[in-house]
Amino acid sequence: MTKDVYVQALIGGALIGFSAFALMLFNGRVAGISGITFSAFSSSAVNNRWRWYFLAGLAIAPLLTSAFGYSLPESLTTVLDTKSGAFGQNELIMVLGGLLVGFGTQLGSGCTSGHGICGISRFSTRSIIATAFFMLSAILTVAVTRHILDLSI
Amino acid sequence: MSRAFTANNITALISGLLFGAGLTVSTMVDPARVLGFLDVLGDWDPALAFVMLGGIAVYMPLYWVLVRNKNKALLGDYFHLPTKRKIDKPLLFGASIFGIGWGLTGICPGPGITNLSSGNLGIIAFLLSMLIGMLLASKYKSKTVENANDT
Repeated sequence: MTKDVYVQALIGGALIGFSAFALMLFNGRVAGISGITFSAFSSSAVNNRWRWYFLAGLAIAPLLTSAFGYSLPESLTTVLDTKSGAFGQNELIMVLGGLLVGFGTQLGSGCTSGHGICGISRFSTRSIIATAFFMLSAILTVAVTRHILDLSI
Repeated sequence: MSRAFTANNITALISGLLFGAGLTVSTMVDPARVLGFLDVLGDWDPALAFVMLGGIAVYMPLYWVLVRNKNKALLGDYFHLPTKRKIDKPLLFGASIFGIGWGLTGICPGPGITNLSSGNLGIIAFLLSMLIGMLLASKYKSKTVENANDT
């Protein structure tokens, strides 16, 4: 099967958009992954169970798509790994990155899905500004680590 | 009938499956692709922009045409939409801090959870620290609200 990466990107994006629409139409909920994850753990509300079902779907999806040739990456590269394919793993970067992603998305009320797709589609000014800020901040982080400090291993 | 199989749990499961499938098909589960998009000074990879474009192109019209005209979701709940309008410091600082973590790892919460079944030690470390980060931010938030109420 030939795979055009941009067609794949568009189709995958469309699936994400449709998923978010379905969750809003049926459940009345925003498909914001950071918010769903945090509330799944922290909410004591009776109607919290849907969040665990959503997260379970998110986690088992690649087991189903792999039947069609779409699988998870063999290994995870971080910004410190060179792009030449020398896949390394840096658990310390993963811990630090995870802390920042968790703290930032909770403080900033959303991540790529909630702000970047759902919020922008609703023309929410907060989401448009948040998306601009996290995009710019991430681009600067990569520019500084990879190009200015040249930390690649 | 057990509460576990209520309609809203099933629709949430299907929505989660579609979301994870979208992340996998679009290759956004691969941090190398995400970092390729963020690396504007390197060999720039625009794929992530196509993913967002595809997502918005589907969600935006469906939301405005099929959700906005309804008072309630199809399964009876009301629409839980953010009511805050103010561009405040937590939004700007939070988004910026999230961006640093995203830029270091190429992983945001969705792909983080979708990568879980790989059993990769790095992803487990990422997810556990993400939960700790969220908890810390939530404590910090409630503290600053208390302080604001004091003054």
